[in-house]
Amino acid sequence: MKNDRSSLIETPGKKLKEPISNTNLLLTITICTFFAMYLLAILIWGGGFKNPQQFLDLFNNNAFLLVLACGLNIVMITGGIDISGGGITALVTMTCVVYLSDRGGTVLGSLFLALGIGIAFGLVHGILIAYLEIQPFIVTLAGMFFAKGMVTIVSIAPRTADHQAFLALKQLRVTIPGIGYYGKTGNFIPAQIEPGAIVAIVIVIAVAVMMRWTRFGRNLYAIGGNKDSALMLGINVKRTKFYSYLLAGLLSGVAGYVYLLHTGAGDAANATGAEMQAIASNIIGGTLLTGGVGNVVGTLFGMLSLKTITNIVIASGLSKPYWQSITTGLMLCFFILLQSVILALREKDGFKLRLPEWLGLKGKNKKDSD
Amino acid sequence: MAKGWKKLMKSQLVIPLFALCLVIVFNLIRDLSFFTITVTINNLGNTVLKGNIISILNGASAVAILAIGMTLVTSATGGQDISVGATAAIAGSVFVSVLRANEITMLTIFTAFLASCLVAILCGIFNGTLVAVFKIQPMIATLILFSAGRSIAYWINGGATPTVSSPLLDSIGGFIPGIPIPTPIIIMVAFLVLISLVLRFTNLGLYTQVVGINERPAHLNGINAAWIKLLSFMVLGVCVAIAGCITVARIGLINHETILLDVEMDVILAVAIGGTALSGGKFSLFGSVIGAYIIQALTVTLYAMKVPSSAVKAYKALVIIAIVVVSSPVVQKYTTNLRNKLFKKREEISDSPVEAS
Repeated sequence: MKNDRSSLIETPGKKLKEPISNTNLLLTITICTFFAMYLLAILIWGGGFKNPQQFLDLFNNNAFLLVLACGLNIVMITGGIDISGGGITALVTMTCVVYLSDRGGTVLGSLFLALGIGIAFGLVHGILIAYLEIQPFIVTLAGMFFAKGMVTIVSIAPRTADHQAFLALKQLRVTIPGIGYYGKTGNFIPAQIEPGAIVAIVIVIAVAVMMRWTRFGRNLYAIGGNKDSALMLGINVKRTKFYSYLLAGLLSGVAGYVYLLHTGAGDAANATGAEMQAIASNIIGGTLLTGGVGNVVGTLFGMLSLKTITNIVIASGLSKPYWQSITTGLMLCFFILLQSVILALREKDGFKLRLPEWLGLKGKNKKDSD
Repeated sequence: MAKGWKKLMKSQLVIPLFALCLVIVFNLIRDLSFFTITVTINNLGNTVLKGNIISILNGASAVAILAIGMTLVTSATGGQDISVGATAAIAGSVFVSVLRANEITMLTIFTAFLASCLVAILCGIFNGTLVAVFKIQPMIATLILFSAGRSIAYWINGGATPTVSSPLLDSIGGFIPGIPIPTPIIIMVAFLVLISLVLRFTNLGLYTQVVGINERPAHLNGINAAWIKLLSFMVLGVCVAIAGCITVARIGLINHETILLDVEMDVILAVAIGGTALSGGKFSLFGSVIGAYIIQALTVTLYAMKVPSSAVKAYKALVIIAIVVVSSPVVQKYTTNLRNKLFKKREEISDSPVEAS
């Protein structure tokens, strides 16, 4: 404490430097790790990693995951959890395909249907969690069960969309001028990005702006940091929590539509395990499950890191399917331990006991009780 | 009598018991023959009991055993282990690979079980260390094994789905000759009694609850919170090994992709329905076991109603929501207020001295 004060007094001319917050520190680590990993991949394996299309495919293939992770990020910052995302995604794809193919629906109608399903789930989750104070894990688990069961009630067999206008929308690609790669015959192929990926990036930016500069966003952080203080500051905790789950539900609906735009098929097995990947993206991105710490930009880089490591595993010739999940697990383990150690070092002077006494840190811990 | 009733109403068991009764009454109204138990002779020549109740008790035994361990973990750490299904796949793979390397006798089965127990406990220690020492949220810490566990099982099996068959294994997964009750039920009851006795005659149960309710006072009172948390994960490891081995013995093969798939969700649900707060603290082992039976009874009822197996989840979700809404603190407070308004205050006055003493 003494040191801090003297260092502040020493430099009266300069602007006082605020210590970096936990959110920004974890965010910096994630971004640095991602760039280091990608540079290393380019240097060692070259080839595909130099191809801008492969980088853009990270977005094209995982746009729905990014949208899901954004919704989850909002909920996780308030200290909650939403594991229904994957189920809602599958339900939206199936319902929209059946609506488009069998009921002769329009593209706009299917979009509203997707958003409606998402909002309906978010509404029920929000009411049950915020106003009836039921544990979010159980409520969203039930939501996931319900969504996954409903998919098979809508249609047991996997379906493919054959609606003309929708297929036209699905085939739509945005070409990025100036960026591209040379094919085998030496012709220049410009890099393409799917509309779903653009939607995902727009959502990331929108959520980032909302969390940083709107009152609602700041309230979310306040609730996640300390619910009781937030209440005393006059924040309507219940309503804010309700809106956070509503937003997460809405974004799950959007994620379902983005998934449909990418694959064009409805299947009960769609987006299996996506909720866990979304949670992993958030953790790698520096969002803590305890709430109050996190940033949606970190989530973006967390998702990219998660998928880049899979690409690296494939590029390095470990073709057995189990290597991908084992490396994913190792990477999660690395990030979780890193975050834990960093936060422990930062809070060394705090009251929290980070390490038990048998690890030989008795002297440091004794300070706490003083 | 009235006092006993009041005590019962306040206990954690009232909601799960009520829910179980509801499922039973529903089945009685729907179809009286649902509960008939018949004595038949199975294809191995044993006289066995057969019926929906037996299949509920038998089918829920793996979930019930896991729920016992999960209750302790939930109580001590305030979080849940989502890697139980993946760890069970690892334990089952070890069990099968040891059995396939040797001739199957009672001794090798015991050795194989010990080996799988050891591996499952090691997984538990891994999770427990992350939670207790590094102070990571249990759900996040166990996400590592959740995503990697089934791949490790794949690696142990070499990508195949090896089978084992022996009359001895059949007697573990099915029936012991001469005893008409399925063996998994007996194992489950024996394990529940063992754990209850351990908790009854040691301080472990008390310490677990104290650590779960507030860690700091527990530490100041000389309880090693990290050790208690680690221990709860190790107990869960034993539960995982038992559940994995029973399942392998029952179906006679190990498929790392499908063995006990999504079981973690059912187990956590069983704990929540059983009245243990998922945020830790007070726990009820019997509640969790009843929770497991409620889930299985629900599934069997839905199957009996000719609901397709893939759609069962949707109906299950509705029942779960109904149960958690009824047991939520806000709704309970509201109903208590309503009851006090409807009935005379006299009851309250006569009760208050009892409360004070």
